[in-house]
Amino acid sequence: MGKSMVSLIRAAWTMLTHTFRRRVTVQYPDERIRYFPRAKGRIILSRDPDGGERCVACYLCAAACPVDCISLQATEDEHGRRYPEFFRINFSRCILCGFCEEACPTYAIQLTPDFEMCEYHRWALVYEKEDLLISGPGKYPGYNFYKVAGLAISGKGKGEAENEEPPVDVRSLMP
Amino acid sequence: MCEAARSILVVVGVLAGAIAIAAGLIWVERRLLALWQDRLGPNRVGPFGLLQVMADMIKIMTKEDWVPPFADRAVFVLAPAIIVVTALLSFAIIPFAPGIGVVDLNVGLLFFLAMSSLGVYSVAFAGWASGNKYSLLGGLRAAAQMLSYEVFMGLSLMGVVILAGSFNLRTIVEAQEDMWFCIPQFLGLVIFVIAGVAETHRLPFDLPEAETELVAGYHTEYSGMKFGMFFVGEYIGVTLISALVVTLFFGGWNGPVLPPIVWFLLKTSLFICLFILLRATFPRPRFDQLLGFGWKVMLPVSLANLLVTGAVTLARG
Amino acid sequence: MVTIYVDNMPYQVREGQNLLVACLSLGFDIPHFCWHPALHSVGSCRLCAVKIFRDENDTRGRIFMSCMTPATEGVRISINDPEARHFRASVIEWLMLNHPHDCPVCDEGGECHLQDMTVMTGHVYRRTRKKKRTYSNQNLGPFINHEMNRCIQCYRCVRFYRDYAGGRDLDVFGVHSRVYFGRLEEGALENEFSGNLVEICPTGVFTDKTFKKRYTRKWDLQTAPSICVHCGLGCNTIAGERYGTLRRILNRYNGQVNGYFLCDRGRFGYDFLNSDRRVREPLAKTGQGSGSTALEPISADEALSRLVDIVQNSSRVIGIGSPRTPLEANFALRDLVGEENFSSGMAQAEQDLVSLIVHILREGPAPSASLRELESADAALILGEDLTNTAPMMALYLRQSVRRKPMAVVNELRIPGWLDAAVRGAVQGNKGPLFIAAPIAAGLDDVATETYHAAPDDIARLGFAVAHELDTQAPAVVDLPADRHALAVRIAAALREAERPVVVSGTSSMSPAVIQAAANVAWALHSRGRQVTLSFVAPECNSLGVALMEGRSLEDAIEMAERGQVDTVVTLENDLFARAPRDLVDRLRASCRNFVVIDHCLTGTAEVADLVLPAAAFAESQGTLVNNEGRAQRSYRVFPAPDPIGESRRWLSKAVMARARGRTEEWESFDDLVTRMRQALPVFQPVSNLAPSADARIVGRKIARQPHRCSGRTAMLANVSMREPPPPRDADSPLSFSMEGFQGISPPPLNPRYWAPGWNSAQSLNKFQEEIAGPLRGGDPGQRLIEPRDNGGREYFNAIPVAFSPSDDEWLILPSYHIFGSEELSALSPAIAERIPSAYVAIGEEDADLLGMSEGMLARVEIAGAAESLPARIVADLPRGVALLPKGLERLKGLAIPVRARIGKAVQAEKS
Repeated sequence: MGKSMVSLIRAAWTMLTHTFRRRVTVQYPDERIRYFPRAKGRIILSRDPDGGERCVACYLCAAACPVDCISLQATEDEHGRRYPEFFRINFSRCILCGFCEEACPTYAIQLTPDFEMCEYHRWALVYEKEDLLISGPGKYPGYNFYKVAGLAISGKGKGEAENEEPPVDVRSLMP
Repeated sequence: MCEAARSILVVVGVLAGAIAIAAGLIWVERRLLALWQDRLGPNRVGPFGLLQVMADMIKIMTKEDWVPPFADRAVFVLAPAIIVVTALLSFAIIPFAPGIGVVDLNVGLLFFLAMSSLGVYSVAFAGWASGNKYSLLGGLRAAAQMLSYEVFMGLSLMGVVILAGSFNLRTIVEAQEDMWFCIPQFLGLVIFVIAGVAETHRLPFDLPEAETELVAGYHTEYSGMKFGMFFVGEYIGVTLISALVVTLFFGGWNGPVLPPIVWFLLKTSLFICLFILLRATFPRPRFDQLLGFGWKVMLPVSLANLLVTGAVTLARG
Repeated sequence: MVTIYVDNMPYQVREGQNLLVACLSLGFDIPHFCWHPALHSVGSCRLCAVKIFRDENDTRGRIFMSCMTPATEGVRISINDPEARHFRASVIEWLMLNHPHDCPVCDEGGECHLQDMTVMTGHVYRRTRKKKRTYSNQNLGPFINHEMNRCIQCYRCVRFYRDYAGGRDLDVFGVHSRVYFGRLEEGALENEFSGNLVEICPTGVFTDKTFKKRYTRKWDLQTAPSICVHCGLGCNTIAGERYGTLRRILNRYNGQVNGYFLCDRGRFGYDFLNSDRRVREPLAKTGQGSGSTALEPISADEALSRLVDIVQNSSRVIGIGSPRTPLEANFALRDLVGEENFSSGMAQAEQDLVSLIVHILREGPAPSASLRELESADAALILGEDLTNTAPMMALYLRQSVRRKPMAVVNELRIPGWLDAAVRGAVQGNKGPLFIAAPIAAGLDDVATETYHAAPDDIARLGFAVAHELDTQAPAVVDLPADRHALAVRIAAALREAERPVVVSGTSSMSPAVIQAAANVAWALHSRGRQVTLSFVAPECNSLGVALMEGRSLEDAIEMAERGQVDTVVTLENDLFARAPRDLVDRLRASCRNFVVIDHCLTGTAEVADLVLPAAAFAESQGTLVNNEGRAQRSYRVFPAPDPIGESRRWLSKAVMARARGRTEEWESFDDLVTRMRQALPVFQPVSNLAPSADARIVGRKIARQPHRCSGRTAMLANVSMREPPPPRDADSPLSFSMEGFQGISPPPLNPRYWAPGWNSAQSLNKFQEEIAGPLRGGDPGQRLIEPRDNGGREYFNAIPVAFSPSDDEWLILPSYHIFGSEELSALSPAIAERIPSAYVAIGEEDADLLGMSEGMLARVEIAGAAESLPARIVADLPRGVALLPKGLERLKGLAIPVRARIGKAVQAEKS
């Protein structure tokens, strides 16, 4: 009892000493802080080093999204490369939590430090794939999902990915 | 005639002062909390954000004053008025300075206790009349909490009454010219401050409106100026308890050099700041902890305090 | 029952099971791969390892494969033993050595048994730096996508495809670490059950190709319990929707009906819902009267006012129902037009056959067999049915039934029935008795004891002869040739020996005599004290249901219209041109003032209508279907059809109200309609017990059609409106169109999906069964409407037809059936359409010689004056004097089969 009383008083004293601490907040529009490259702001979709869309429409970002603000539809081109037919983020719902980025197996979806996206109309906060796609690889320059995945796409056949052997010859009788 | 005019002037002055201070506290509290939490607080409207109070008032006055269709209308409207009225009426007995005060009741302290008891109706009514389960829970909590803490709030003051030999607050202040009662009645002071926080249901004892559990407790359904009245009522309550602490334990207007009224206001503001510091510091206890603390700790301690004070006074003759 | 100890806790389990099944039934999670409840144990994957202890003092124990170890009295096992866990984690690590890094682009992801097992065993990191083995893929046709890299060599695919389904063209090739599962050459998988590979394969080697182009994860699919509409068996399915289109069909286990499997028609035929033949808005002929004006889209309001106008101003309305539409819609139509004006929508011949089946099942002592019961039959006689093409799942289960009798040897050798490899080794190629008498060789012929290919009349005569052999009370067949008599004696002997024989027949040879013969055989067997069951193939998903409504036949309705008493005909989801000759339908069309069609696809009938109302198809509407067994089953909406498409009964309800001139009818809601139907037709009494009513709740909530992880709901409509409209309400069922609601194990008739914590794949079904491969928890859904009356006084049928005699200038035309193409709705699905054969005329070898025709040559087929040129197909064992025309194929719709036709070589001019 006595001990907890002391701790309460000490807590109040600690609070009082904060009167003389430096303020943490800044006067935002007048002053600006430096945003770190991994700050979580507006979401973008990046591209492979060779310029292809990185997103393979696996739906993991949508599943991870706690506010369900990501919606997409997967489709395939004629060579078996999967991509989103549409990819929509409703930023009026987005809470910039970054779960989508965590979930993304291909580094396609990334959060950028830009958070200043006020609009006068809510519909202006609905971003389609064309609004989200950037021209570069974003934070992860070297990665190319199809170079490590076993699926064949145009320009990369079976067994041509990293760490893969050429396709087996089923008819071989060699031990 | 002149006496009557002076009385009216004092009454109006006290009323206006109390409300003005309560309104100003909105800004003070936010700035102080910000200060202690290393933030800036409202600083955009007017110098130092002082006009924030005006902005808030304009906002709250122009908000839709809505009575939910499922509420008990008459009681719903009455509830917020009660808390403001009882708190303001209590100011009548405060002796601000020699010659400044609304009335000089010889049962002043009892009047204050009576008024604070009536204040329970406000929250209980509000909780019940809202027709909302969270409000009802808040109202029930408030009733239980205020009833429990009132018991030893009264008892804690009896030490002061014994020492001063009067219920009249002016007499009590005058009795402290040599020594403030905060020294002989230190326990009484602690108990009264704790009870005062609970009576005004300020943090850490804000369980009746605990946002994290009950939305906003008894005033969940209130909006506009009706909500504003609860809001202001709370700040008037804070001011009132601070003023009483000063009057009962810290010698009221007594002090050197400065005029008495200045001393009184200075001391009162200090205690208001203490209230805000408590809010900034402490987490909210669980409801059973709150009641257990009241009945199992505070009540015995206040009884012991009363007994010891009485015994010592008797022994001294 | 025996007691086993799992981690020192005693449990009662059924004797003779293996430990894996026992533990899974008890609700424990034991990882496994190669074991499948229908394929049993082979012990090849080594994943289901558990520790077994000698007694309670044994602390070391030994690792055993739980799938290979019987649950004996007092056996003590540990699933959570650290060594066993480590063993299982190591096994997964080995299995994953060569698994490609492609879950994000794998269609199995999110419902992958391999993913579940990997998580369950705790393997997280590939430690080896060895390169991964890769394979080239094959194109396996329009249904199945092949991605061999993902294979973990569990052998489930070939065990199902070859051992269970009798397929020949999928096999395992190669040796050593180059084992390959595929076809010898690229090409479509031929077996009718290839679609089950999608669910059988524990990983993503075989995936649904129709799903691939508009792929959606399992957790995003809005699903509901549905009933397959593509044949008369009423297999239970789970249909899945996303963004307003139906995406795929999965099997929904029903211990009494389809068990673990579906046929390819049922699995891939769903796409007609999304086809461009769909009627998506009301259509009307804007010009008054004349048939030449084209159908043009009109608004829903206008359509409704036209419908009301037509109904109110008609003195007599005929309603033509449909055997491919649920009971409720048919009854709503019957309610609108009155009992005497309601037609079942079936042609006279078909209606007679179905009514005969109903009669036999009601009167005879032999009950109808549920689909799953066929699996446990120990002798079977099939009369006049090509099951693989008319009722594929029946063929699958009869294929299993031939193993029943030889399994006796397994018991003698004291091999447990679930020890699959040992059982197959002991049984060798031995097969139980299965006799097939059908016009042509069918898919089941490879497991048949004996087959007999003949015209329907001869098949019926054989059946009557068998019945007479079994019970001399049954009428004898005179003039039966000696060889056929010998065959009948052999069949009778085999059936007589069996404990639980089954007699299978159906409508597809269009011969009442065949059905009567089947009944005679079953009744004769029953009189000898056998537990005989009868199984009839019904032509469509609700044929028995409409037959029980006892409406008029189509010809009857047309005749009534022609007599000039009718001014309006309302046709409900029925393409009359596919059922009756063209001129007959044209006459009907000409004889009525208003011709209203309610349908979901623009059929030939809809094209000639005055007013076409867009109807919801199976996944968009709720209803009850009665399958060939007489089992009523409820199908639910997966998603609400987009406006202005409405459920048929909704359109009809508006019409009923208009006709009632303001009097409010009692059936606004689905449950009210069912109640009214039960009152009007007592045979449907059990229908209201099929599933909980619309106001049923589980812990105060509806059952959620969407999984709890369903994504995107604040974004999917954001491009249209920011308002996020509330999900559509479903007043007709206790299911909700959202993820809000009960997510646990729902009552079986309402269960929208299989998922359990840790079990994302279809294998989570284990958690929904009372015991593995047993009934569902809460009982298998469905209620039988037809039970035999228990009277011994029934008379044998004695109308034995005379033997079929071929004539030289006329051929008996019979329908031939194709799993892909003979059913009109599935034929509209693009994937199925790829597998539909082109039209042909099939003739026997002898006839071909006679006509001087060879394979592929154009033949001229002349039926009732109308001639058609078709390429000839020469079928080896087709009897003399019989020719086959494929049923349902676009060019041959509406032929009144069986008929006699003249066949000759087409003249050269037609060939060019």
